[in-house]
Amino acid sequence: MSILSDRDRTAVRDELAKLAGPVKLVVFTSALGSETSIEAERLVREVAECSDQVTAEVLNLHIDRERAVAYGVERQPAIVVEGAKDYGIRFFGVPMGYEFSNLIDSMLAVSSGAPQLSAASLERLQGLTEPVHLQVFATPT
Amino acid sequence: MRLAHHLAIASDLVRGDCIEANEFPDLSQRYMVMAVPKTVINERAAFEGALPEAEFVEQVLRAVGGNGGSP
Repeated sequence: MSILSDRDRTAVRDELAKLAGPVKLVVFTSALGSETSIEAERLVREVAECSDQVTAEVLNLHIDRERAVAYGVERQPAIVVEGAKDYGIRFFGVPMGYEFSNLIDSMLAVSSGAPQLSAASLERLQGLTEPVHLQVFATPT
Repeated sequence: MRLAHHLAIASDLVRGDCIEANEFPDLSQRYMVMAVPKTVINERAAFEGALPEAEFVEQVLRAVGGNGGSP
């Protein structure tokens, strides 16, 4: 059973046609294969099928410990969205509904490495002197 | 959510996690998530709601003490 409908796939394909470069989705699942981790893996694979620019890598949180530590991932399911480098974008849980459009948006953004922020915001962010960990809680509605 | 990710791209110091609140009740409880979106900054500051970009950036800078060029 697929997660994305034919209509979804067409829309995703159209969006991902705008990718400016390669994108890698790294999904961390669990050893026991929880329902959500199976869903996350399926979703990532289906999205990757929509563009030649997108690759999917499936890792196991408990087995691929070194990779998990390197990505700072302690929970599953987790999806890392990488472009030319790891920009620090993570999704925990299955990004469905509104979060799915955020997943696609983040893919487009990392593909170019160009954040869609105002010049003023970019300038202000230059003032950061310590690491910032933003955790945004959302629901799929 | 979108903004957190764009901030992450803009600065190597920023990491942006999108967390599905229902799937991680322990985290939702720890950070007292009553309404979404709720943004937690370095585990020490938080705000609810979707803020306009300038305010979002302001909240982040205020939370970590970076003046970001403000007087």
